[in-house]
Amino acid sequence: MRARHAPRTRVDWFLTFLRLALTALVTVGLLAFIGQQIDPDNFFARAVNDDASRLSWESIKDLVVSGLSQGAMYGLIALGYSMVYGVLGFINFAHGEVFMVGAMTGMITSNKLADGGLWESNFVLAILIAIIVSVLCSTMTAVVMERVAYRPLRGSPRLIPLITSIGVSFFIQYTSALLLGPGAKSYPQLPDWLRDDISWLGIEGKKIVVLVVAAVSMAGLWYLVERTKTGKAMRAVAEDKEIASLMGIDVDRTIVTTFAVGGAMAGVAGILWGILFGSVTEFTGFLPGIKAFSAAVVGGIGNLGGAMAGGLTLGSSESLAPQMVLEPLGVTGHTQLKDAVAFLVLIFVLLVKPTGLFGERLSSEDRA
Amino acid sequence: MSGERLLTIDSLSVTFGGLNALNNLNFHVDEGEIVSVIGPNGAGKTTFFNMISGMVTPTAGDIVFRGESLLGYDPNQVTARGIARTFQNVRLFANMTILENVMVAQHCRTKQGIFGALFNTPGFRREEEDIREHAEKVLGFFGTRLIGYRLHQPASVLSYANRRRLEIARAMATKPTIILLDEPVAGMNPKESEELTGLIGKLRSEWGFTIVMIEHDMNVVRDVSDRVVVLDHGETIAQGSFEEVSTDPEVIEAYLGRPVEGAS
Amino acid sequence: MTAHLESQASEVIPARGVLDQDWRKLSRYGALLALGLVFVSLIGMPVKLDSRVVVEPYVSMGYLSLLWLPALLGYTVSAEKVLEGMASHARGAHELVAGAVVGLIGGAGLALLIWGLDTRDLSDPLVNWGDNLLGLLTFNETVGYGMLVWLGISAGLGLLGGLLHVLPRTAMRAGLTALIAVFLVSALESALDDISEGFRLEWLFEWLFEARGGLTPKGAVAVAVVAAGYVVFGRNRAKAVRQRYDAMPTVERTRANAALLVLTGVAIVVLPMFLGKLTNELLANVGLFLLLALGLNIVVGLAGILDLGYVAFFAVGGYTTAILTSPNSPGISPELPWLLALIVVIGMATLAGLFIGAPVIRMRGDYLAIVTLGFGEIIRLTVRSDWASGLTGGAQGITGIPGADILGVADVRGIDPQAVFYLVAFFCAIAIYVSWRLERSRLGRAWMAVREDESVAEAMGINTVNAKLMAFVVGAILASFSGAIFAAKVGSVFESSFKILVSIVILVVVIVGGMGRIAGVIAGAVVLIGVLGGPNQPGLLAEFSEFKLLIYGALLVWMMLKRPEGLIPNVRRSRELHQEEFLQDAWLRGQTDDDEEHNTTQGGATA
Repeated sequence: MRARHAPRTRVDWFLTFLRLALTALVTVGLLAFIGQQIDPDNFFARAVNDDASRLSWESIKDLVVSGLSQGAMYGLIALGYSMVYGVLGFINFAHGEVFMVGAMTGMITSNKLADGGLWESNFVLAILIAIIVSVLCSTMTAVVMERVAYRPLRGSPRLIPLITSIGVSFFIQYTSALLLGPGAKSYPQLPDWLRDDISWLGIEGKKIVVLVVAAVSMAGLWYLVERTKTGKAMRAVAEDKEIASLMGIDVDRTIVTTFAVGGAMAGVAGILWGILFGSVTEFTGFLPGIKAFSAAVVGGIGNLGGAMAGGLTLGSSESLAPQMVLEPLGVTGHTQLKDAVAFLVLIFVLLVKPTGLFGERLSSEDRA
Repeated sequence: MSGERLLTIDSLSVTFGGLNALNNLNFHVDEGEIVSVIGPNGAGKTTFFNMISGMVTPTAGDIVFRGESLLGYDPNQVTARGIARTFQNVRLFANMTILENVMVAQHCRTKQGIFGALFNTPGFRREEEDIREHAEKVLGFFGTRLIGYRLHQPASVLSYANRRRLEIARAMATKPTIILLDEPVAGMNPKESEELTGLIGKLRSEWGFTIVMIEHDMNVVRDVSDRVVVLDHGETIAQGSFEEVSTDPEVIEAYLGRPVEGAS
Repeated sequence: MTAHLESQASEVIPARGVLDQDWRKLSRYGALLALGLVFVSLIGMPVKLDSRVVVEPYVSMGYLSLLWLPALLGYTVSAEKVLEGMASHARGAHELVAGAVVGLIGGAGLALLIWGLDTRDLSDPLVNWGDNLLGLLTFNETVGYGMLVWLGISAGLGLLGGLLHVLPRTAMRAGLTALIAVFLVSALESALDDISEGFRLEWLFEWLFEARGGLTPKGAVAVAVVAAGYVVFGRNRAKAVRQRYDAMPTVERTRANAALLVLTGVAIVVLPMFLGKLTNELLANVGLFLLLALGLNIVVGLAGILDLGYVAFFAVGGYTTAILTSPNSPGISPELPWLLALIVVIGMATLAGLFIGAPVIRMRGDYLAIVTLGFGEIIRLTVRSDWASGLTGGAQGITGIPGADILGVADVRGIDPQAVFYLVAFFCAIAIYVSWRLERSRLGRAWMAVREDESVAEAMGINTVNAKLMAFVVGAILASFSGAIFAAKVGSVFESSFKILVSIVILVVVIVGGMGRIAGVIAGAVVLIGVLGGPNQPGLLAEFSEFKLLIYGALLVWMMLKRPEGLIPNVRRSRELHQEEFLQDAWLRGQTDDDEEHNTTQGGATA
């Protein structure tokens, strides 16, 4: 893409206007929020937002922690999108379903363990088993997906695998609905120490677990990618498939590994989601999947650290913006627009910095 | 032979990630000239074309066409102003027919839009006829190869040489003032090259185009150019007639390296 | 030497030995078949579709959902890509055995499932595990009986699948056509019921179909015989007609085309008068989706832009109409007549197309897809929110939309599906006309060029930004037409009608039908929406409602893997995707360029 000097066409003027408008909106909203915190009855609030009230630090802390824990999950899912895009250059629309498979199988496993009694007697062991099963299932789903639907399409114009992945996504969603029955299914109840707040932190135990597990997974991934031979192969194939194969790397196997690792991360996110929200449906993967892809783009596609950063950013924005930007501007029902915020962040980042916050890492074939 | 100064390139530079692809390049073309641009591989010749046609933005310098700076213009605006180009690795619209390839090239010279198309207005029909006529005229320049039953075949069935000819036909169809030919005879056998050399001459004499040509085939360069410009490492290192340039020691060094004692 | 070669050439190509099988391939296919049979059973198709009878009393749709698999796999295991003039071996018992073995392995898988159903209880989590399924699979006899029968049926069907390779081509075609015809006629039962009433052919209908549903055995045989008869005898006649058509000079052909068009028009006008309410309702639905698909076809098929948020324009049309025409519209309520509102709708759609198009126009294709999806969701969520409910009614939507008053001639509303159908058909005709004319225009060529190679298109002088925006706007306007009619038909709009699912189903229709070719899109809409059903509406086979989205997903994947250009391909697009094969074919047929022949017949092109 060529750099542009200054807005020349009407489209450019419109886009500049959009950027300014969005920035102004966010800024005014934040200022209004700060104003509200200082004095809930200030002139702006009276004009725009009648029943403005001060947001307690407790609430703010809750929002931040919720946003971060949800963002951590988005980040884990985003890793899969980023890796696949970095290597093969297309969006695996069905990756959200890989996440859902993790959440579903986690649900089945934990319910079985609860029936058997292990869930109550030795929770840590039970959850570990559930995590392992989820990760195995989601990894398998990702690997099979690659083998059946994507490998035959290597080398086709980029939109074709995207469309295929939409089909795969549908297929998995409705398979789940038909095999396991439609509607929400719940996880067994979590032990008290997870549901309650950890006293000195004042944060729910399960949110801490989410953050810790996400961090550990990230660390594991970092180690894999940076320090192991497999990781090096993955990076080489992501850089340039042809040259990597000339260097003796088995490109097919590496691509499968990439899918598997991404799938595993999504599986972890799946079980974490189950722990955090306690229920899962066949559509659980759809919206988080799209948001996770947005997170990957926001952070810089192909860039793993960026994917996690993007996830955290998106999760926090989603959680905080309705309360901190929309509500002070007088938008009623602001929490309903939470999902819209995620998309708006994506659009904003693409308008302002299309290569993402931390820059893209694409293969040589895909670089514009 | 030559008329007003059409195109002036003034101290043009561009840097790609630390590499100076073009370095204070100066260049000019007058109306009716056929100028060849030669130089060893990597000298920046295609980058130079990419700059003129607006596909790459320079980091310094200016490109002035008919008194107007072309900097910041999109490629389609540059073409609309009268500079057309061909591509080194032939980039036809492979799945469109030969006729369609040449018809679509006239896009910036025509104006019928949605309304004309939907209501089949007389203006629309007239323009379509004109477009088609002009396309056939341009294709006829290459003899019988690209006309007749060929018109409705997809461009992908063409042989290599015919694809290069279609490339040129497309550029001609945009009704430009200057045509930038990027290695027009690359990959052609001697007979085809010879024929095309004559056609390039006719592009100027019969159709009035001004030509700037990148070429490696020195026979073609010698037979058809008014002036030759030599690039190396992004700079102009020599300029003049073919004889002058081909005996210029700097040019020889750029291509062959420093001569060994006793060699000519 | 030559004598030796000649004698070799006259040898018959030997058949492969019966036991000379690729056992690994057979086991792979067998395992796949087993997996497929178990999968279909566990997602509930046999049980849920059992109520729908194909041929009474023998075959129900439920059993059919299992039976087609061994036959298909028995056929494909022996399918080979035959290179020009190089059949690898003669077809014979080898293929039969291959099919039978594959069927046997698959049947064993199903037998295993039966045994499992009897001995274990996996109903948590597998919802369809249970006695219903067991009963169906064992034909309500003993477990052992069921297992053996399925082993036999599966092996037999696999063998039949292999048989298709051995039979002479006509017999194979006749057999397949007969089967498909029987299935189709049975699927179209309710439509045929309506039609036969309209044309006073009830007696024919009653002879063909049982009162309870399903073809009578005699009816099925009759249909099969007619279909096979057509293949054997009538096909050549059809071919001759086609050849005459192809050979016609342009003037005559235009006249023939015009005649065909008039006939189709008359059929469309006349047919609904003979059809019952339900069928007309179905046709109206198909028409609404067709209109949407034709619009998306321009965006995706002509301009090559994957817009996953297309439903947003549908929503713009629906909500604008609702707000402007309904007396119950909160906020403003001008209660304009439908036609006047339509003018505003066009304006709003244009604005929406520009507004959504402008930010995405320079993005990479896949980013564009996701961002447009995001836009679609943003619009839906905003429309649904409390904040906008002052204008849009929020989650409660807007009710009380009056019918569309067409210049006093008709009042189109949902209770009169025939009128709705006519209105929809009229707009579909407009959409077809628009697509057809634009494809052959300067703009259409620009779109094709942009789709082929955007940077070269720019170098050729095309303003790609404007061209793409135009595609967005045209697509948006067509979608908004559909939305306006939808609002008048249903009488109310709710945000739940405008989910992402709708965009994707339209995409499936466009792609499975054939991107870029109008006939393909029509076929796709009729087959998919009409037979299987739309996202919120049932089709002719209402029993498939639960399964249709699964089938759409699978269809999309299969289409992309085998035939990316869709059912009725646009000649151009299949060139794009099968470049290699196309070039080889052209070479074989001697249609490629040969410079030699032109160099000798100079047309004055010498230097």
